[in-house]
Amino acid sequence: MSEDIVIQASDLTKFYGKVAAVDHIKFEVKKGEIFGFLGPNGAGKTTTIRMLTGITKPSFGNVRIMEFDIEKQTLKAKQIMGIVPEVSNPYIDLSAWSNMMFQGELYGLPNDKSKEIAAELLENFELYERRKDLVKFFSKGMKQRLILCMALLSQPQILFLDEPTSGLDVQSATIIREKLRQINKEGVTIFLTTHNMEEANLLCDRIAIINKGKIAAVDTPEKLKLMTERLQKVVVAFSQPINPESLNSLPNVDKIEKLGDKIQLHTTAPGKVIFDIVDYAREKHLDMVSLNVVVPTLEDVFIKLTEDKEKSGHGA
Amino acid sequence: MEPNQIRRAWAICKKDIRIYYSAHPVIVHGILFPFFLFFAFFIRRNLSMEFILPGLVGMTLFFTSTAIVSIIPSWETRSKTLERLVSSPVLISTIVIGDILAAFLFGVVVSLVPISIGILGGISIHHPLIAALGILISALCFSCLGALLSASPTDIPANVMTISTLIKFPLIFVSGVFIPLKDLPLWGKILASFSPLTYFVDLLRFSIKVDYYYSVGFDFLALFIFALIFYILAVRLHVRAMPNRI
Ligand SMILES: Nc1ncnc2c1ncn2[C@@H]1O[C@H](COP(=O)(O)OP(=O)(O)O)[C@@H](O)[C@H]1O
Ligand SMILES: [Mg+2]
Repeated sequence: MSEDIVIQASDLTKFYGKVAAVDHIKFEVKKGEIFGFLGPNGAGKTTTIRMLTGITKPSFGNVRIMEFDIEKQTLKAKQIMGIVPEVSNPYIDLSAWSNMMFQGELYGLPNDKSKEIAAELLENFELYERRKDLVKFFSKGMKQRLILCMALLSQPQILFLDEPTSGLDVQSATIIREKLRQINKEGVTIFLTTHNMEEANLLCDRIAIINKGKIAAVDTPEKLKLMTERLQKVVVAFSQPINPESLNSLPNVDKIEKLGDKIQLHTTAPGKVIFDIVDYAREKHLDMVSLNVVVPTLEDVFIKLTEDKEKSGHGA
Repeated sequence: MEPNQIRRAWAICKKDIRIYYSAHPVIVHGILFPFFLFFAFFIRRNLSMEFILPGLVGMTLFFTSTAIVSIIPSWETRSKTLERLVSSPVLISTIVIGDILAAFLFGVVVSLVPISIGILGGISIHHPLIAALGILISALCFSCLGALLSASPTDIPANVMTISTLIKFPLIFVSGVFIPLKDLPLWGKILASFSPLTYFVDLLRFSIKVDYYYSVGFDFLALFIFALIFYILAVRLHVRAMPNRI
């Protein structure tokens, strides 16, 4: 394995009964990257992250974390990871500080070092003043920050996060994202999952799009964004039927489709197309019943990616 | 096991002590329950303190040691702290040992209460060392039993309590707590031999020189073998249950 690859998954597969929750996936994460796993609910993100972190045993395939095989050298691999599971709480009957100290002991940190790093982290995550309070009195956002502090205490080289901002308010989510960027700048490789395209674009250097246990594409956010833009649509309905071809002259429109009484205009510039449609309606004295911009869902992106893949597959 | 895993088991034990010693299922099932049960059986009968004491200590230790360890895994499952614990560099056996250790200490400390009552009541312990060693190995044995009983992958502590009470009651009734072994018919003695509590109560009776039956060495050996079997089964079942907990 090359020096700068820190996570390598080959043919990774997990069956639950006859269903493949994760289906022969293969990818590599480079040192220093923020690598995102983007997919809808039930796509297989949690199952993948659990196999990468040695919590779930793969049915098939293999994971390497740095120089360690996750199944054969589980403890050594875990020792260099920080993990934030999808659903996880600190011990609510202990203080934030006691939670940190316990975490330090689980990773075998010397006491002094544990205290020093814990103080620094809690300070940085604005929890230091509240360190002696029982966690049961913390808000959800504070708990999530504490869990992140706990995951960072052992100074991991790779940080795994399973949907770290889901269920948080906007402000808490923003704080967490900022911190993740900062941690990454300090040299920690980050593997995270999300079902939020926006979040993946904001954070990640590379994104794998996963659905039904399969990876459709691994690419940079810029490329995926371009593709997403191509899937935008403006949908308009007029009070009297018109010939859709009369809209052909509009600039910025890639394709026009008629769906019942609605007309769909595919475009990468929906803002401009809306103005043109309004002008068109005014000029022809038409009433508009509705006018919407449809942003592609993750599902749409996934279907498009799969189609492209199949097309290029047939071409080859 | 590596020394660093033992230190981590100790950390898990300390965490258990701080969180679960005061949990109310532990107080109810581990402390109040054995005392009430015991007095319900003995209060109106005209029995000597020498006869009562070993049974009281035996039941207390049996209930307290098994109670705490049996709620921990389901409690951690329910409060969503387990996955992080399992993500850290510890073996599942390390977690089980940490829980057993917490139960062991709890049992030993709580059993000092009835012992003190006995001593204040004028009972003389002829073999204090044997009584002490007996308490230690029995606390270990019962804690391992508790760990075994807690292996079902539920997240409802009350369910575990119900299951374990269903198993613990017969173990108490067949043991020599209520009737001395020597007064039991053969089938009663055979049944009694299946309960680890039998050997502990027998050891205590030996140490106060009343109504004991087996040799000391045999009692210790039996408790040790029970502990070993319970521990090995407990770790196996916990490893198997873990994927269903998280
Ligand atoms: N323990 C399990 N037993 C059976 N099926 C499971 C289990 N865990 C996950 N699955 C199934 O595997 C698929 C992937 O789940 P998951 O990895 O949790 O997806 P995600 O995290 O992307 O939402 C889902 O269809 C889910 O129902
Ligand atoms: Mg998930």
